[in-house]
Amino acid sequence: MRVSSRFHLRNIFQFATSFAAVALVLASVVLTCSPPANALPAFARKYGLRCSACHESWPMLNYFGQKFKDNGYQLMNDRDAPIWQNPGYWPVVFRITPIWHRVSVGKVQVDTYTNGAPDGGQAVQRVSSSGFDLSGLDFHTGGTLEKNISFYLLPSSDPTGAFHFEQVFVRFDNIFHSSWFNFKLGRFELDNLLSEKRILTLTGNGGVYQTYHFIPVGDGNIFGQIGDNQLGIEYLGHSADDRTRISASLVSSSDGNVNLSTTANAYTGFFTGSQAFDLGRMGVQRIGFYAMAGQASTYYLTQGGVPLGGSGIGNRSFSREGFVGQFYFGPHVGLTVVTQHGSDNVWFGQGYGNAEATDGNGGTTATCSSPTPGCPLNNVPGTTLASGAQAPSWNGVTFEGHYIYSPQLIFISRYEAERMSQQANGDVCGGATCPTNLGNISTYTIGFRYNPFMTSRAGLAWHNEYNWLHQDGTGPANLVTGALTNINTSEILLGLDFDF
Amino acid sequence: MRTRLRKWSLLLGAAAVLALPLTAWAQLSTFDLEKALNAESHVGNLTGHAKDAAAPYRRYCVGCHGTLGDGEGENAAWMEAPLYQKPRNFQLGVFKCRSTPTGTLPADQDLYDAITRGFDRSNMPQWNTLTKQERTDLVAWVKHFSPRFATEKPGTPITIPPEPEVTAERIKAGRDVFARVQCWKCHGVQGMANGPSASTLTDDLGRPIAPFNFTDGTRPKCGDTDQDIYRIFMTGLDGTPMPSFADNIKPEEAWDLVFYLRTFMSQKSKEKELAKQLALKPVDPNAPVGQQ
Repeated sequence: MRVSSRFHLRNIFQFATSFAAVALVLASVVLTCSPPANALPAFARKYGLRCSACHESWPMLNYFGQKFKDNGYQLMNDRDAPIWQNPGYWPVVFRITPIWHRVSVGKVQVDTYTNGAPDGGQAVQRVSSSGFDLSGLDFHTGGTLEKNISFYLLPSSDPTGAFHFEQVFVRFDNIFHSSWFNFKLGRFELDNLLSEKRILTLTGNGGVYQTYHFIPVGDGNIFGQIGDNQLGIEYLGHSADDRTRISASLVSSSDGNVNLSTTANAYTGFFTGSQAFDLGRMGVQRIGFYAMAGQASTYYLTQGGVPLGGSGIGNRSFSREGFVGQFYFGPHVGLTVVTQHGSDNVWFGQGYGNAEATDGNGGTTATCSSPTPGCPLNNVPGTTLASGAQAPSWNGVTFEGHYIYSPQLIFISRYEAERMSQQANGDVCGGATCPTNLGNISTYTIGFRYNPFMTSRAGLAWHNEYNWLHQDGTGPANLVTGALTNINTSEILLGLDFDF
Repeated sequence: MRTRLRKWSLLLGAAAVLALPLTAWAQLSTFDLEKALNAESHVGNLTGHAKDAAAPYRRYCVGCHGTLGDGEGENAAWMEAPLYQKPRNFQLGVFKCRSTPTGTLPADQDLYDAITRGFDRSNMPQWNTLTKQERTDLVAWVKHFSPRFATEKPGTPITIPPEPEVTAERIKAGRDVFARVQCWKCHGVQGMANGPSASTLTDDLGRPIAPFNFTDGTRPKCGDTDQDIYRIFMTGLDGTPMPSFADNIKPEEAWDLVFYLRTFMSQKSKEKELAKQLALKPVDPNAPVGQQ
């Protein structure tokens, strides 16, 4: 039975590889025969500019696109207000990516069988999965409501079609006729120069910046993830040519989750500043900094043992700070560097903070009653810290390089390293001192995106990417010695990333 | 047999994936890089080279101005008067915003300023995010489209005398110039672009064009300083019905006219205050010449 099943699988594999190969040849022929570049979606449709005018490679902005965004999605040509548009114009774009990918997880604990029945034992083995798949669906809509008043609305779904509001905000720009006074209110991406929402990579681990989301092992502070969209208000100021930029945001310490369900009554500030320099043929170089300082709850009132949403108090502090550099070495080669030093209060380090399990998209998936095993901890009165507990801190760095062959073809490479500086210890490692490298991450991503055409109506990228990620000490414990093990995962992804 | 088929299909698939970037190369080669690539520009102490601007032109400009610089990019079809104007046809070598006399080629600095400043009420944005070198290279690239730049020298930039102080008398004198040279025929007696000729105007290519409305708060296309407005009178906007008045009005009269036009504009200004005190009335086109 087992043999015939394996034989059957082999046939399927042979068919799949042949099918994929034929599909690739056809795709190649279609793409090779496509017309030369044109380009522009919603904003491009409005202004008649090619995609490449604003995007180094869609969706990553270039300096001109950044300025357009900083001006509130306006060219500042006295034709920005919707009154100047054809009444039929509606600024909506959707984006989705059909893909084939193969994910390989180095160590997974699996049940063992004897004579066709579970024997109660477990083994650790690599699990690889491959197949055709879909990304989520984004509906981008944004533009001006009136001159200097703009909006953005982005309902976004996961691959199953479950929607949430990824971005929603209204912004007021050029207050007092000055580019130094711009405000927005809503749920938005923090003013990261290296934007995660405009990332060029799509794999599970490579599709986010690890530096923007790093959380030490056992840490309960989900609120310091600068890559997540946040709820709040932002001030932005910039020079007329956008060479100088400053911003300050005040956001709820909720990691963007709605309904005041997570850590209400706590706020976080996020500050950025950067200056760009004209280095002639080398291009425009930008250096800047960011700093996040905030507090978040570790203590929730309970009802029947269940944390009450919106009742968070017992605020503890956390911070993230770092430098950003965007460098160009001529028209084809770019390098962006982001550093981060992060630290969390000792209570977060022991797992306090997030009293609700969230789905990462602003929704709640479960409400736990602490201290039920597996549920987040709650710092109720009388709780004491475990012996040896200390505030975790770490350092991270992201290097992202681009080779821009043309507006239609870009090669991407990225290396990220997250290194613990001080472990939380305490209960995180069962009362023992944690290994110094516990939770450290190293990851690299390479790929290319090829846009066979660009028009003012739509965009399509043939996307190819490989990501490899290594994390220390987070694999399944050694079944014999109980020692922590490292874990490696990798993913290869091919897809057609399109928007219209 | 099946194994061989699988091997071949895998090889073909891999070749197809690897070949995809080559299509970008193939498409690049369709872009015309051969024409007059030795064209140069000089802005300040920078020297621009046309050949270095091919990629930026393709990235930023070609959608409107077209591969051949003829203003027939794929978006041109959607730019219609009166809301928008067609993109500039660089092949003609005729430019509105110049510091040089009418009928002459612009200075490199003029083209550089146009790229940097952009044009209000058009799809031409400010490209001041580009490096100065990139903009200077683009000037050379723009020049390489027109044979005029190969055979003619740019005109000598006009001299703008120092701006005199604004006085009530100068504003009144500017009103007289406005009446005498009949600015109102196109721009209207109150500068609202509603003069009797306004609806009949066309550019040199026969396309409808609207006169500038001084009252709607928008900026003049060629710059909004007093010097910029003065320059427009003296150089004209080539390719449009706006002529040069260099032979019709004296420099001091041009300054008077600048001050009078400022009284139409919505921005606060000393000119507006003085005009209010003077209780200036719009010119009367029906009054005898000299009493308008």
